[in-house]
Amino acid sequence: MEFEHPRLARALGWFSLGLGLTQLAVPRQLSRAIGVGENPLLMRGLGLREIGTGVGLLARPRPVNWLWARVAGDVMDLALLGAAMRQQDTDRQKTLWASLAVAGVTALDAFAAMRLGRSLKEGVEAARRERGIPVEHSLAVNRSPAECYRFWRRFDNLPRFMKHVESIECEGNRSHWVVRAPGGTVEWDAEIVEDRPDDRIRWRSVEGSDVETYGWVRFEPGPQGRGCTVHVCLRYDPPGGALGAFFARLFGENPERQIREDMRHFKQVIETGEIPTTQGQPTGSRGLIGRTLAHGRHLS
Amino acid sequence: MKATCWHGTNDVRVEDVPDPHILNPRDAIVRVTSTAICGSDLHLYDGYIPTMMKGDILGHEFMGEVVAVGSAVKNLKVGDRVVNPFPIACGNCFFCQEEQFSLCENSNPNAWMAEKMWGHSPCGIFGYSHMLGGYAGGQAQFARIPYADVGPIKIPDGLSDEQVLFLSDVLPTGYMAAEACDIKPGHVVAVWGAGPVGLFAMLSAWLLGAGKVVAIDRVPERLQMAKEKCGAEILDYEQVDVLDALAEMTGGRGPDACIEAVGMEAHAPGLLGAYDKVKQALRLETGRPPALRQAIRACRNGGTVSIPGVFGGLIDKVPMGAIVNKALTLKSGQTHVQRYMAPLLERIANGEIDPSFIITHELPLEAAPQAYEMFRDKKDDCVKVVLKPWGDGAVGKVVH
Repeated sequence: MEFEHPRLARALGWFSLGLGLTQLAVPRQLSRAIGVGENPLLMRGLGLREIGTGVGLLARPRPVNWLWARVAGDVMDLALLGAAMRQQDTDRQKTLWASLAVAGVTALDAFAAMRLGRSLKEGVEAARRERGIPVEHSLAVNRSPAECYRFWRRFDNLPRFMKHVESIECEGNRSHWVVRAPGGTVEWDAEIVEDRPDDRIRWRSVEGSDVETYGWVRFEPGPQGRGCTVHVCLRYDPPGGALGAFFARLFGENPERQIREDMRHFKQVIETGEIPTTQGQPTGSRGLIGRTLAHGRHLS
Repeated sequence: MKATCWHGTNDVRVEDVPDPHILNPRDAIVRVTSTAICGSDLHLYDGYIPTMMKGDILGHEFMGEVVAVGSAVKNLKVGDRVVNPFPIACGNCFFCQEEQFSLCENSNPNAWMAEKMWGHSPCGIFGYSHMLGGYAGGQAQFARIPYADVGPIKIPDGLSDEQVLFLSDVLPTGYMAAEACDIKPGHVVAVWGAGPVGLFAMLSAWLLGAGKVVAIDRVPERLQMAKEKCGAEILDYEQVDVLDALAEMTGGRGPDACIEAVGMEAHAPGLLGAYDKVKQALRLETGRPPALRQAIRACRNGGTVSIPGVFGGLIDKVPMGAIVNKALTLKSGQTHVQRYMAPLLERIANGEIDPSFIITHELPLEAAPQAYEMFRDKKDDCVKVVLKPWGDGAVGKVVH
């Protein structure tokens, strides 16, 4: 029998939800049915776990982790059933059947997780294909095309808003880029290949560079002469190759999002002269989540 | 310094935290002399605003004395006495230049979070969740003000903190809500919620030419304040059928404008009230909108429903049919405080408005935890609490 794996994951999600709701609603009856002593609090707790996993399975398009969470839950259930076997008030025959049923579901869960897990490899493939594909973004900026052009034309301004760019030194049409990458920096030389004042700039890495890259920016006058729309295209060639790209994506570092945040910072710098921040402001004592996130990128 | 910190639902603590300092060239630091608890802070206290974190410093209504300015702040100097607006606005972006300061495109460092929730981000706001910037608030002894060359307004000598503090939020918020109603001479304006914003909306409705103002609430001392200080006719929604009463007052037509100054934690008698409480508790909706529903149903054909009340996410059973078929106009938004501070300060200075009448309690900052609880539960006739971070002027319950 051929399972289409997302459909199997979804079916298991609905199964989790149904089981969880049953555990919540009629914990005593369910305990009796599987022949174990009544412990409604534990049964309801397990029910909440099932519902959580069920929602996870149904909400995610590729819920590999949630399938493994189901497997872990199954193992926990088997352990509990095993422990129950040693209790006085257990109907051992019923409990044995229940254990066999759980073992069967465990096998199905593990099968589904492994099937879906295999397509993670396809994800790596996708990231490999994506490498070097340019990303584009447009943003309305309340400054004239001329002001934006002048700011951008001095490439040493770019590190002020491009998060991963450590420094750019420029000399005429040539520029030397130093960009942060996992485990160090990468460097290359770029040259401007098209330069139309107040309108557009196009650049690319010089021949023979370690990194092959290019980008362009275009400043389109805004409606009624107000500000402009900045169109940017950058080819991010993620260091670390396809695997690097894949892991970057896992941690939310996808190029589309990066260019959005970089451009937001460009707008903030050119419109207000600074990038608003809360880094370094006082806070009260943080909880566990806060202490963890304080080291992250998004919250302060 | 001492600061009021959020630690979870019903859990606010005054903690010792580091002093703030200048982080950007356009920052200023103020020594806070007065700060207030806003009704919208109660939504944080009750745990209905997402992306709060333990340790966040609360408070967006505050004023004080400038003690430090960044290198790019030219209009303020150390020693200036200022009131600070709750929305943080850069002054340079498209929206700021349109004077829609609460829609500032640049001031929210966590704009991506708000974009996920609402499609676009409004401005950053002091002490009001990470989704709105994660900025430390002003219920503290010192506060850092970003874009300080745009927000804070200098206060002339001779005006007390109590007279000008509410320029930071509730006075402009009530005013903008009334202004949004496009009031013509003689219009009937009904206001749901006789808390600080509702009361100031009533006063503003008169200033803008209303012919009759009606206040709807259930708390006796608030209704009394609406009647005595704001010249409103009052309706206790637990005693009378509000829709019938409003129809009666307007020859069956309904109020020309309805102002919803309640927000996401509205109460309602009977089954409908219970319905929303259950749905909100189960997080099937993030707000309870019975007051909003009633305002929409009460409003006359072609009238305006203005909503200064705070909603964060999703609400249920909004009578869209009434909005469409009665051709209603809905107006809302966080207040563009910067736009209103100067004209309202002028009205205060020349004696037209004295907003201090809403203050019922002036307490030391250390009393913030009890003050939040008292304000939320409307105990001790509490309408508005002013906190005094340095202790001076904390007179306790205020007798007017």
